[in-house]
Amino acid sequence: MRDDLMTIYLLPLFWMLLGIGGILGVVLGGTAYLTYAERKVLGAIQLRKGPNVVGPFGLLQPMADGLKVMFKETIIPSGANVGLFIAAPVFTFLLALSAWAVIPFDAGLVLANINVGILYLLAISSLGVYAIIIAGWASNSKYALLGGLRSAAQMVSYEVSIGLIIVTVLLQAGTLNLSKIVEAQKDGWYIFSILLPMAVLFFASALAETNRSPFDLPEGESELVGGFNTEYSAMIFAMFFLGEYANMILMSAMMTVLFLGGWLPPLAALGFVPGFVWFAMKIVLCLFVFLWVRGTLPRYRYDQLMRIGWKFFLPLSLLWVVVVATVKMVGEAG
Amino acid sequence: MNKAQIKQRMRYWLGLDLLAGLALTFRYIFKPKVTINYPYEKGSISPRFRGEHALRRYADGTERCIACKLCEAVCPALAITIEAGVAQDGSRRTTRYDIDMTKCINCGLCQEVCPVGAIVEGPNFEYATWTHEELLYDKERLLDNGDRWEAVLTANIEADRGRG
Repeated sequence: MRDDLMTIYLLPLFWMLLGIGGILGVVLGGTAYLTYAERKVLGAIQLRKGPNVVGPFGLLQPMADGLKVMFKETIIPSGANVGLFIAAPVFTFLLALSAWAVIPFDAGLVLANINVGILYLLAISSLGVYAIIIAGWASNSKYALLGGLRSAAQMVSYEVSIGLIIVTVLLQAGTLNLSKIVEAQKDGWYIFSILLPMAVLFFASALAETNRSPFDLPEGESELVGGFNTEYSAMIFAMFFLGEYANMILMSAMMTVLFLGGWLPPLAALGFVPGFVWFAMKIVLCLFVFLWVRGTLPRYRYDQLMRIGWKFFLPLSLLWVVVVATVKMVGEAG
Repeated sequence: MNKAQIKQRMRYWLGLDLLAGLALTFRYIFKPKVTINYPYEKGSISPRFRGEHALRRYADGTERCIACKLCEAVCPALAITIEAGVAQDGSRRTTRYDIDMTKCINCGLCQEVCPVGAIVEGPNFEYATWTHEELLYDKERLLDNGDRWEAVLTANIEADRGRG
């Protein structure tokens, strides 16, 4: 009886907790160093050096920033709804981390290998809108409210096209399971197939979904002060900030899984390198493009953003669903 | 639609301008950086640089300032306060010469207007302090600055001689 308790409940629970701890450690470490990488890459593009004082090559900068942000005073506006005001960033951070449960790092190296993994990801990323609109409303500030509303409209709009883009991948792979989607790319990554335009569209939508430049108008500091995080300070601001960066890593992971062949090596001859290394390298590549785009493109105007979302991305992805379905059907019939 | 229009449409739909921009920023990543590692490296400054103030003396050690109060009058920020008196040798001297460095806008009018080259703005710009009070300079502090920076000040005046 006691042995059963041990083997059936406690041991799996132990492994599960270990896995969660491991993923959290990797993701949070990655998030911290993404802030460093962003400052370095943007600096390099602008002919600056970026952080180079704290530690060798400034590598301890994230620690210094973390300490600073923890010792700062958390200011809560007197008109704010305190409960929601604090809950919103926590919620963002929570969502950004919980999505990692279904991401396959390597063949079999996934916390929850559920059959509808892609739907779970879509659901989690949709929930992110709530945190931002709650933050905008609870701050009781005009800038925050406008930023929150903009962000909500933007994220909802681009989710529609992300949904359709994912449908094209699903049609091609024939499964909703993320591990199987990766395995379906054994003969060729989807980015090098008929799905190439969808990969580009997915990346652009990911930029909008994570509120990154050139679609960073929810924060739009030149017009909205700081958007939905105007009133946030210290650690609760850091939660928003880290949530955004964790979301960037998550979107890069999705990009990798859906289009860049997940943990698969680019050449079969390079198969001796473990899969999670390839996975990490592809994520880093995607993240670099995130930062590179930020260093290059100016911010879109709000109506342009909406026009691109509804009049370009949506019809094109819809068309591509039809194209992929047709190609697939003709291929199977012939 | 003529050929040029078609070409333009193609550029637009294929995002060629976007890619050109990305290529440009990518090339910039590998260019040499212009950052100056500030506390360890410093940029060069002009001999006319207007930094921290100093009251100069003649080579024999007597103060240059004759308490004409032109600098006090010309100061647009009203940062200078002067009181005059008669010194033991019968000459007119300042008994008080204060500059509120937190009011000063470093316009350099005081050194322009000074007939004897007493008040000058030197090359020192690293005089930040922890408190406001430390930036309320009195005559003693200004004369001390003059003694400390005299060599540099003379060299700068020499380097700037005959130019415009």
